[in-house]
Amino acid sequence: MSTLLEVHGVSKRFGGVVANREVSLDVPEGSITGLIGPNGSGKTTLFNSIAGTHPIDSGSIRFDGHEISRLRVPQVARLGIVRTFQQTHVYRGMDCVRNMQISTPHSGDTLLSMLRESTAAETERALQLLDFVGLYGKRMLPAGDLSFGQQKLLEFAMALMNAPRLLLLDEPTAGVNPVLINGLVDRLKRANAELGITLLVIEHNMRVIMNLASRIYCLAHGEMLAEGSPATIRDDPRVVDAYLGAT
Amino acid sequence: MTKSGRSVAAAIAVAVTGLALPWIVPSITTQAAFLWLMILFSLTWDINGGQMGYNSFGNVFFFGVGVYACALVQRDSGLSYYAGLGAGIGAGALAAALSALVLGPAMLAIRGHYFAIATLGLSIVAANVASAWEYIGAASGIAAPLFPGAIGGRAKFFYYLLFALAVLTFLLVRRLYRSRLGLAINAIRDDEDKAEAMGLHTTRYKVFAWSIAALLLGAAGGPVGNLVGFIDPNDLAFAGATFGVWMVLMAVLGGKGTLWGPVIGAVVFHVTQELFWTWLLGWQRVAMGLLIVVIVVFFPTGILGWVARRRTTAA
Repeated sequence: MSTLLEVHGVSKRFGGVVANREVSLDVPEGSITGLIGPNGSGKTTLFNSIAGTHPIDSGSIRFDGHEISRLRVPQVARLGIVRTFQQTHVYRGMDCVRNMQISTPHSGDTLLSMLRESTAAETERALQLLDFVGLYGKRMLPAGDLSFGQQKLLEFAMALMNAPRLLLLDEPTAGVNPVLINGLVDRLKRANAELGITLLVIEHNMRVIMNLASRIYCLAHGEMLAEGSPATIRDDPRVVDAYLGAT
Repeated sequence: MTKSGRSVAAAIAVAVTGLALPWIVPSITTQAAFLWLMILFSLTWDINGGQMGYNSFGNVFFFGVGVYACALVQRDSGLSYYAGLGAGIGAGALAAALSALVLGPAMLAIRGHYFAIATLGLSIVAANVASAWEYIGAASGIAAPLFPGAIGGRAKFFYYLLFALAVLTFLLVRRLYRSRLGLAINAIRDDEDKAEAMGLHTTRYKVFAWSIAALLLGAAGGPVGNLVGFIDPNDLAFAGATFGVWMVLMAVLGGKGTLWGPVIGAVVFHVTQELFWTWLLGWQRVAMGLLIVVIVVFFPTGILGWVARRRTTAA
């Protein structure tokens, strides 16, 4: 498997606080890679750096061999990296179908192509994906009327609509009804296996991430603490210490 | 009646009313022409304010640019009356759209209240510049050239021009809101960070949408300048305290972010205003102020929003 995303020696500080120090990680194409760490360990900062939300202080981020650390958010997205947010971001005033219709890939869009209406094929795909995440029955509701968990599902469906090569998921199961979590994990795996989307997942739910990821990175205090298979990470005393606050 | 049946009926009703009005009640032709202008004002304001979430208090700037561009072409081009007017309207529309294209990338990068304040500054600066610039008549303004047609024909002529422009505006924005660009500006309104994270060319769409509004406002400038006959920089062209604020109020009153809301808001607002002038002379500004308070307090989602809410609670 070739490496799709290559983060090398990335540092990011906010004033005196070092959020990421010399962080490196590789995401192989087609994999599901996990990113864990206690609160405040710099996971979301790393996501923001990859997505182009803020510039990095040093290091390099390469996607499919191209340096992307200088690109802005929409440019990164058009290359095929889509991220979801910890707090949901959906178009609250628009119904679910319209949320989906505008989430098609934008790499080839021009002003002229934006002046046409959504095609039947696009709408069909939107409905399929809403059905896939279990929101078909709610498709005509404004996204703002959905529950937090349903908004997460909608955001996931919108990300799939964008047909990204790499999907960055920031705590996809946080706030989702525990009964629905298994179904969501199953859908994440299917998106990976059937649609060929590479996933990089931040997750606090250990059961979920151990079950989902083939390789896990653990951040603590902004530094990469450990990496390895789920079993290795689970048994690593440093990881246990980082979570339980020993040392 | 089916939905398409209803819109055909509405279209016929508007066309018949619009075409016949100056012949049925000729005495109100000028006021009626201003009604179409108000509809154009609120429809174009709502492109940014209602559909895109960028509340502009400076859209009157584009109208003023159109007023002056047309007047200057008519004054200096040496063309015959109608050719000069046509060229002037075209120049006004283009100049306004161009200024939106130039100002847009910087101004539309400012979000929320800051954008509203920046646009407010835009119209104030323009009014002051126009009041001081000798070439465009400074504070004494410019007089429009004499209309060559019959006496009384002038009002009718510009009435029909503004009527046509308002209808064109309505059809254009309706088409715009059905397109993917309509979806995109709605997405920008609801969550611009998300729209960026999904790869939308947000700046491009914002500037384009604002330029459409500017183009139509600029086109309306010429006919209004000629209808009034005298262009004052503060009271007509860059009338921020009246036109500039009314645009916002009418869209909010009718229901911003909807297609028909701005139209309904403009009609209700303009008719109310004319009635105030007729029946409450001397107190019309007080009444207008009270009306504005009532709109904001009791109809925060506008007339259409109020109707929709009553329908859902009744159902």
